[in-house]
Amino acid sequence: MSDSVFAIDVTGLGKDFGDKTVVDGVDLRLPKGQVWGFLGPNGSGKTTTIRMLCGLLQPTRGQGRCLGFDVLSQSREIKLRTGYMTQKFSFWDDLTIRENLQFVARLHGLKSIPSLVDTILEKLGLAHRQHQLAASLSGGWKQRLALAAVTMAKPQLLLLDEPTAGVDPQARRDFWDEIQQLTSDGMTVLLSTHYMDEAERCDQIVYLANGHLLARGSVEDIIRHTGIYTYHIQGRDLRMLAQQLRLQPEVANVSYFGSALHVSGTDQPALLQRLQGLCAQGQRIIDAPPELEDAFIALMQQAGKDQREYN
Amino acid sequence: MAWDLSTARISGIFQKEFIQMRRDKLTFAMMLVIPVMQLILFGFAINTDPKSLPTAVYLQEHTPITRSIVSGMLQSGYFEIHQGAEQANLSSEQLLRQGKVAFALTIPAGFTRRLLHGDKPQLLLEADASDPAASSHAVAQFSVIVERALRHEFRGALSYLQAKPDAVDVHVLRNYNPEGITQYNIVPGLLGVILTMTSVMITAIAMTRELERGTMENLLALPARPVEVMVGKILPYSLIGIVQTCVVLGAAMGIFQVPFTGALVTLAAGVALFILANLALGFTFSTIAKTQMEAMQLTFFFFLPSILLSGFMFPFRGMPEWAQWLGEVLPLTHFLRIVRGVMLKGSQLADVYPELAAIVAFMAIMGVVAMLRYRRTLD
Ligand SMILES: Nc1ncnc2c1ncn2[C@@H]1O[C@H](COP(=O)(O)OP(=O)(O)OP(=O)(O)O)[C@@H](O)[C@H]1O
Ligand SMILES: [Mg+2]
Repeated sequence: MSDSVFAIDVTGLGKDFGDKTVVDGVDLRLPKGQVWGFLGPNGSGKTTTIRMLCGLLQPTRGQGRCLGFDVLSQSREIKLRTGYMTQKFSFWDDLTIRENLQFVARLHGLKSIPSLVDTILEKLGLAHRQHQLAASLSGGWKQRLALAAVTMAKPQLLLLDEPTAGVDPQARRDFWDEIQQLTSDGMTVLLSTHYMDEAERCDQIVYLANGHLLARGSVEDIIRHTGIYTYHIQGRDLRMLAQQLRLQPEVANVSYFGSALHVSGTDQPALLQRLQGLCAQGQRIIDAPPELEDAFIALMQQAGKDQREYN
Repeated sequence: MAWDLSTARISGIFQKEFIQMRRDKLTFAMMLVIPVMQLILFGFAINTDPKSLPTAVYLQEHTPITRSIVSGMLQSGYFEIHQGAEQANLSSEQLLRQGKVAFALTIPAGFTRRLLHGDKPQLLLEADASDPAASSHAVAQFSVIVERALRHEFRGALSYLQAKPDAVDVHVLRNYNPEGITQYNIVPGLLGVILTMTSVMITAIAMTRELERGTMENLLALPARPVEVMVGKILPYSLIGIVQTCVVLGAAMGIFQVPFTGALVTLAAGVALFILANLALGFTFSTIAKTQMEAMQLTFFFFLPSILLSGFMFPFRGMPEWAQWLGEVLPLTHFLRIVRGVMLKGSQLADVYPELAAIVAFMAIMGVVAMLRYRRTLD
């Protein structure tokens, strides 16, 4: 089983809390050695799905395998081979940085722990602070400690829940270098994020809304799938124009983009016609390539509409 | 359940827990201060040696010998004659029940005549032993007082009576508290009470703390088996239990002169099992409670019957049958029998075997319940 090409292979995964359905019908097939980005608005069910994958929540529906082990009955086997980084820092505040790493290492049954921990602390640049309590770390440093801890046991699968939230740009770059390194060693990564630039660095993107998987694929796939078109408008009095545009049914999204207005919609002829009708003297319409963000906003609006029609 | 338990994982949890325990200064101090505080409080209460206790005297004859006994009682300082008992025509039972007197002495008619005949006449001392600390000294002194008074009287023509010991059959009736608990009884019992309270509470908190602080998600994501977590979490606290035991036993023997007649190893076996049983119970509570506050409430919910029904507060045989049944379930009940047996009566391992077995059974059941209830997921 474990020689399957998929690190994660689940179908119809779903979770209810009481009578509230939080995740439903999630199918995921994640090939080994890839990095997948997990995106979706707040409360869409990303954390819940990740928890089900590593055995922290019992799925209400669905079945499947992680690293060849059954997600319903073999969660211990999965945990032995998976590093899970929680969204909220969940290491022990009253243990020192070093003690936290040692604890995780012991529970994973690692060998020659002191020197291993030394190496990690050195790499993290935390060697001189190793005897401080974890509580004394800043938010970004806590994230970096957590990442170091979950990768320590060289897991085959990494599940990272917003690993770079609150992390500065330099540390984010370091993080992505690290991920690149790990995947080239054969590790598979599923990470949730709200950053578009991070989504674009992933091999594939999975987009979740209201607990449903709305889109999956590469950045280009998703943009193509949503059929979104975008224009930039330059000129004066853009504020008035933005207000008018927001009321138009053809317009999915209007946002400021530097000194220009960024407008998107799925019906290209209607959108262009509307823009030409509303633009005044001195305002220029420029063709612009659609961005992932436009696609997501369109997806969210689509999902919202579906939801309303459904109810 | 798989049995490939890892000592590395257990020791990992043990070390983590030990460090956290040490850093939590307040709890740590409490664990060591509570036994000392309870000992001092209980100890002083026990150690007071009340004197001048009101005593009703029913003399059914007035002879030099009976007068001598009464004056001997007065001289000892323990007793003080409650006037007017006979005049008011109140029985000793009424006076004792109303708490007007602590003792009632009855010297029957014909006492002196039978004494001189060597017939071993009866002397009856009824005691309100509901507060044994108050009455036990006086009761213990009574026979000595009587003997001394008689020796004083048996001179000259009566000296032939000197040779006979036990000239009088002193009959002491301890009312309300047939076991007559003394400090010998209470201080060893205190060991059980202290261990119950602190062990149960500390483990109950240990697990719910992970939940409340949000570290549970991390702990559950690590590949530790429930049994490993339980053992790793229980062991550090058993060390505390051992330290507490040493403190209490040291004080019991050093300050309160409680004798230790049995074998230390028998007691050690009892203490070890008792601590583990309580820790297992605490761990079970922590799988039920969602917050540290709830864990605390569960602990007290258990602690109250433990104190009341175990024979610590009230003599076990004095309780109604249903209460005795409940009491038999509590580990403290069995532990009290062990610790009192070993220290006071010199019980052997074979004597306390049923009690040890009962504690082991309790521990095993708690262990199983804890494992069944242990949350493996965040649901
Ligand atoms: N234990 C729980 N009991 C009840 N509802 C829950 C529970 N955990 C999560 N939910 C609900 O499930 C939904 C999805 O939550 P989840 O944390 O998976 O979202 P998310 O996509 O990770 O959001 P975010 O981007 O804010 O982290 C939310 O509406 C949340 O309120
Ligand atoms: Mg989340």
